[in-house]
Amino acid sequence: MQATSHTGYAGHHDHDSHGHPTGWKRWVTTTNHKDIGSMYLWFSFVMFLVGGAMSLIIRAELFTPGLQYVSPEFYNQMLTLHALIMVFGAIMPAFVGFANWMIPMMIGASDMAFARMNNWSFWLLPPAAILLTASIFVPGGAAGTGWTLYPPLSIQMGMGMDMAIFAVHILGMSSIMGSINIVTTILNMRTPGMTLMKMPLFCWTWLVTAFLLIASMPILAGAVTMLLTDRHFGTSFFSAAGGGDPVLFQHIFWFFGHPEVYIIALPAFGVVSHVIPAFSRKPLFGYVSMVYAIAAIGLISFFVWAHHMYVTGIPLTGQLYFMYATMLIAVPTGVKVFNWVTTMWRGSLTFETPMLFALGFLVLFTIGGLTGLVLAMTAVDIQLQDTYYVVAHFHYVMVAGALFSAYAGLYFWLPKWTGHMYNETLGKWHFWLSMIFFNIAFFPQHFLGLAGMPRRIPDYAQQFADFNVISGIGAFGFGFSQLLVLVIVVQTVRGGARAASRPWDGAHGLEWTVPSPAPYHTFEDPPHFDQAEAHG
Amino acid sequence: MSHPASASRYFVPQPSYWPLVGSCALLLLASGAVLMMNSVANGGFVVLAGFAVLTTMLFGWFGRVIGESEGQRYNLQVDRSFRWAMSWFIFSEVMFFVAFFGALFYIRVLSIPDLASPAQAALWEGFQNSWPSAGPAATDPFSKMHAWGIPAINTLLLLTSGATLTWAHWGLVAEKRSQLIIGLVLTIALGVLFLGLQVFEYAEAYGHMNLKMTTGVYGSTFFMLTGFHGFHVTLGVTMLTVILFRVLKGHFTAERHFAFEGVAWYWHFVDVVWLGLFIVIYWL
Repeated sequence: MQATSHTGYAGHHDHDSHGHPTGWKRWVTTTNHKDIGSMYLWFSFVMFLVGGAMSLIIRAELFTPGLQYVSPEFYNQMLTLHALIMVFGAIMPAFVGFANWMIPMMIGASDMAFARMNNWSFWLLPPAAILLTASIFVPGGAAGTGWTLYPPLSIQMGMGMDMAIFAVHILGMSSIMGSINIVTTILNMRTPGMTLMKMPLFCWTWLVTAFLLIASMPILAGAVTMLLTDRHFGTSFFSAAGGGDPVLFQHIFWFFGHPEVYIIALPAFGVVSHVIPAFSRKPLFGYVSMVYAIAAIGLISFFVWAHHMYVTGIPLTGQLYFMYATMLIAVPTGVKVFNWVTTMWRGSLTFETPMLFALGFLVLFTIGGLTGLVLAMTAVDIQLQDTYYVVAHFHYVMVAGALFSAYAGLYFWLPKWTGHMYNETLGKWHFWLSMIFFNIAFFPQHFLGLAGMPRRIPDYAQQFADFNVISGIGAFGFGFSQLLVLVIVVQTVRGGARAASRPWDGAHGLEWTVPSPAPYHTFEDPPHFDQAEAHG
Repeated sequence: MSHPASASRYFVPQPSYWPLVGSCALLLLASGAVLMMNSVANGGFVVLAGFAVLTTMLFGWFGRVIGESEGQRYNLQVDRSFRWAMSWFIFSEVMFFVAFFGALFYIRVLSIPDLASPAQAALWEGFQNSWPSAGPAATDPFSKMHAWGIPAINTLLLLTSGATLTWAHWGLVAEKRSQLIIGLVLTIALGVLFLGLQVFEYAEAYGHMNLKMTTGVYGSTFFMLTGFHGFHVTLGVTMLTVILFRVLKGHFTAERHFAFEGVAWYWHFVDVVWLGLFIVIYWL
């Protein structure tokens, strides 16, 4: 505390006293990492509701066999936009929001390295969201290819496809700028004494994530650029008649797409690595092995892409290589799960909402990881390719993995952001409703997939009816439970019990040494850093 | 409001409208391009408006950065941040080219041989595994681009431009102003000459060799790779010109001139990409 006492509160310094726009101008022009972090989080929540509404259209259509509410074309557009919006509009921006809020406070920096560019990274998201959502209303409708945008279908689609392509370009620019900012901030803005191996794990996960983004987003940009020229300028990258190959797109896409999975998962690992030690009142078990596991996952994620493509006719040796390489990822992931569990071993555990979500993450992500291992086996995957088993698998990773971890982080840091405690009762309601309805929605989909129900089709055979009813009930229950978040967050922003500077007695790190709410400019000078707040 | 530059204080820029202006520009550009590509009226005007807004934003934003830099607002930490950021930006550009080089590799090593394999004979009878190839459905004859004409001259031009730029940098460090200016002018001239020859080569391809973007995978990979490279050279020449004007206005000191170095890194990156292109597109 002594080190931060002179850094002052909002309004104390000449920085704040004049020249700062207020009202909407504040948000449009801001160069403050906290403002930008909040905008990222609100944006991601709005997109989460939009994408969620689309998934409910999908589940409503699937509630009974036959075609009820929407045409097959519209169904395809909904599942495509649901995925694109959830991946690029909801989950990724949510974790970038956390990164913006927390990384400067965790490493003792005043702000991100490039505060003005940081604002642009955020403000690129609305144009992309406009392009994606508006594409529903153009002739031919939105892209209906699935988020993977495979040719030849994506070459035949109407102008909605072009809008999706440009949206991806703009989102890519935003991600690359954001990532360069994060890498530079972490490498160059740490307070003296905070060596890389004493850095909070959330920063480590974002350092590797940002590297994955810088390396993989340009690949996606290249892939969709080739789609665009194949569509409009007569190139033949994905056309066999011209010497190209539609499978080439799948290779390029998944060379981006698999690191993308870890782009979403790694920051989630980072959040959980803060929450579990705090509520176990023990330091994280195996910090160094955690760091190496993160780096290993990031590296291996570039060499496993064709496990998405076992049925495309790749050679047997290729299938074997990608099978073993994919299974190799289970090793560092297993290290992480082992370390989280061991952190709790003989800890003084309490179960506030952040801890509940972290535990929910731990259990359900492990299930999602294990079904991933099942799918990694070529012989099994050939049966399960494009079935609901795959849908169940990646929703366990994306929703129960990434989203639950984001909620853990939200409840964990909300007191620091707002200066108020959230309503613990409502928080617990939110967790249990989410946990129960999530499993009702997605667990039966394993059975549907094993029984052979294909994904991305609005109709199905009679024998799948019962499980689809259960899944539909779960999906609607899960969807409406998420509105609780809005209530809880608005309540907490407006009032509630005052939060202490360290509202969780087991939490460590520089962010807990400053008052709650954190001052507008947290560290104007590098703070003192010692072993008491170190993570390593 | 303004702090003197010092090692102990962080630098945080003031609020700015430029990011929002840039986002509007990209929205205009993207929607205009969508309209144009789908032959909807007035798409071209939307694209032009987007370019106008983008240019305004670039002038305004970079103008402010240059102002801050010349106003001694950047301390050594900011300088290091710029170095990290430029390195990672160039890395992202490398990965963009990796996607296209990878596509070329896949087409030459996997896709063309596979289309010519006995398994495909029923579909594409008589198609031979050869390079360059416009694919099994091509009927229009075209000529191959040869390495030892204009491309070899272009290689020489770009390699020389890398040397003249380094010579200019020596001039900057040794505070020899005329060497700096002559080196920069030479580099820009070599870059412009390169672009001119590239345009001439494209005109030859379209006019006399019947080699077009629509010429199967050969045309696709040739024009996309050399086209994106040419676009990057154009960007590099533009940035070098900005640096030249800044030098003429008396910016930069022998110790502090990261803008110059960043552009030089970028120029060398463009150079290296060209060497790759020369080998795999023109030569092999």
